[in-house]
Amino acid sequence: MIGIQHYIIVSAILFVLGVLGIFLNRKNVIVILMAIELILLAVNINLVAFSAFLGDLTGQIFAMFVLTVAAGEAAIGLAILVIFFRDRGTIAVDDVNRMKG
Amino acid sequence: MDYATSFGLIIPELVLTGSGLVLLMIAAFGGEKASRLVSILAAVALGAAGSLTIPALANGAGGDASMAFYGQISADAFSAFAKLLVYAAAIGCLMIAPGFFGQRRAMKPEYPVLVLFATLGMSIMVSATDLMTLYIGLELNSLAAYVLASFLRNDSRSAEAGLKYFVLGALASGILLYGMSLTYGFTGTTSFAGIRAAQEAGLSTGALFGLIFVLAGLAFKISAVPFHMWTPDVYQGAPTPVTTFFATAPKVAAVALTARVALDAFGSQADAWRQIVIFAALASIIVGALGAIGQNNLKRLLAYSSINNVGFILIGLAAATVEGASAMLFYLTTYVVMSLGSFVAVLMLRNGEGENLETFEDIAGLSSTRPGVALCLLALMFSLAGIPPLLGFWAKVEVFNAAIQAGLVPLAVIGIAASVIGAFYYIKFVKVMYFEEPVGRATKGGSAAHWAILIICTLLISPLGFLLTRGLQAMTDTAAAGLFPGV
Repeated sequence: MIGIQHYIIVSAILFVLGVLGIFLNRKNVIVILMAIELILLAVNINLVAFSAFLGDLTGQIFAMFVLTVAAGEAAIGLAILVIFFRDRGTIAVDDVNRMKG
Repeated sequence: MDYATSFGLIIPELVLTGSGLVLLMIAAFGGEKASRLVSILAAVALGAAGSLTIPALANGAGGDASMAFYGQISADAFSAFAKLLVYAAAIGCLMIAPGFFGQRRAMKPEYPVLVLFATLGMSIMVSATDLMTLYIGLELNSLAAYVLASFLRNDSRSAEAGLKYFVLGALASGILLYGMSLTYGFTGTTSFAGIRAAQEAGLSTGALFGLIFVLAGLAFKISAVPFHMWTPDVYQGAPTPVTTFFATAPKVAAVALTARVALDAFGSQADAWRQIVIFAALASIIVGALGAIGQNNLKRLLAYSSINNVGFILIGLAAATVEGASAMLFYLTTYVVMSLGSFVAVLMLRNGEGENLETFEDIAGLSSTRPGVALCLLALMFSLAGIPPLLGFWAKVEVFNAAIQAGLVPLAVIGIAASVIGAFYYIKFVKVMYFEEPVGRATKGGSAAHWAILIICTLLISPLGFLLTRGLQAMTDTAAAGLFPGV
């Protein structure tokens, strides 16, 4: 029987993968965008699982909001990435280094 | 609670939404020629929303009567105070923009529209009394802010600042959201009042994790240590009017939001979060002071200064009392005035070719070429360092007083000691301007709007500003009381 704890564990694993994806990734910024989506998906799994477990609809409504905002966030992220690429001609994470100190 | 009452309570937000959409249309059809008109109309809309907010602060609104949409949002005195501060800062940032962008022929009507939407997001943030409204407000603010950071599309530093801000901001939202999902799961509700009631008996392990994640996400947004690393880069890279905006309005909103989450939603478990807030406060003060010492870029230096100031603001929060919240709001107000003033002063430094200057070498001996700007900067820096009789000193006294009254004597002692380290680089600023060989690079710059804002800010923090402190104190007391409905 799959219980609430299984969902929490899966979402925790996804969340950690997402955070590690942002910090350990040295290749390119698109991977970071994917990692961010992974974090938001982990949150959604949590919200929907808790919602079903508690018999309360709030969590599912919240998940809808998160989905919507995630779409907007991805659009803006890609737009910023495009102007960054136009300027530098690269999207490698190691090249995001014009400012230091 | 019918919908008419609810809509009546969120009138400032409705005004901002409506005018934002209309101005977006004007911007889309009018093109770059419309930027002046859109800027003025946006400032008028902010002013109108502000004047609609005043009654809530004057009446000291609070409790159930100020709740709209079944407890989703609250138009109480606390949110009214924060909103007024946010609107004022946003108007300031609208006024200084044309002088800066006009120089580069980059003034676009989208700038005021984005500022307006970001302000709407902040307005929702500070009045949110439910995790869902909180998230929507926060994201509305952040999404507009990411675009603002990369507003100078052809400037490589601006694009990089936007990218960094986006990645770290999205990560912060993710962490915050994960914390909110845990809080929801372990308390069974998303409303602040419900969360508070569910935790009267004690904090379960899951809810504690939720609390920690929520605070970590919020610490990102207020750039408190250990989640401050994005601040110097973003502040340096973003166009200066945008940096001014980031350092003032969103900071107010995020601090107010943190205060409401900590004192309202998690108010029954103050002991659980107090240690975290105390750690973040002291670490911010120390890292902010030490990090600023080696900096050569003025915007970067002011970024560390803002990290440092967040530490003092958090001391007021750590007290978890009405006095603490009041001192926090008082400090926040002076901080907004001081950072608005200092960023505008930096904005006004241009060389003969009209390029903006932003390093220490450029301002050596500034007192001989630009005596007016140098004098204002002198006052602002001394105020930031907390030297009497300037207003910054009074704000620090308030915060430490609240901490001592709440029995947090060690915190106050370490805070005072660390503020001495911070004084070093503020005074270095003054030394470079007044006692070094003039290089005469900063010769031009500064429109009438820049001068107006710089002079107003300097007057507010000067000893003359003390005349206003009593009124401000009464307002912060009312606002703080709105946050503690039971007391």
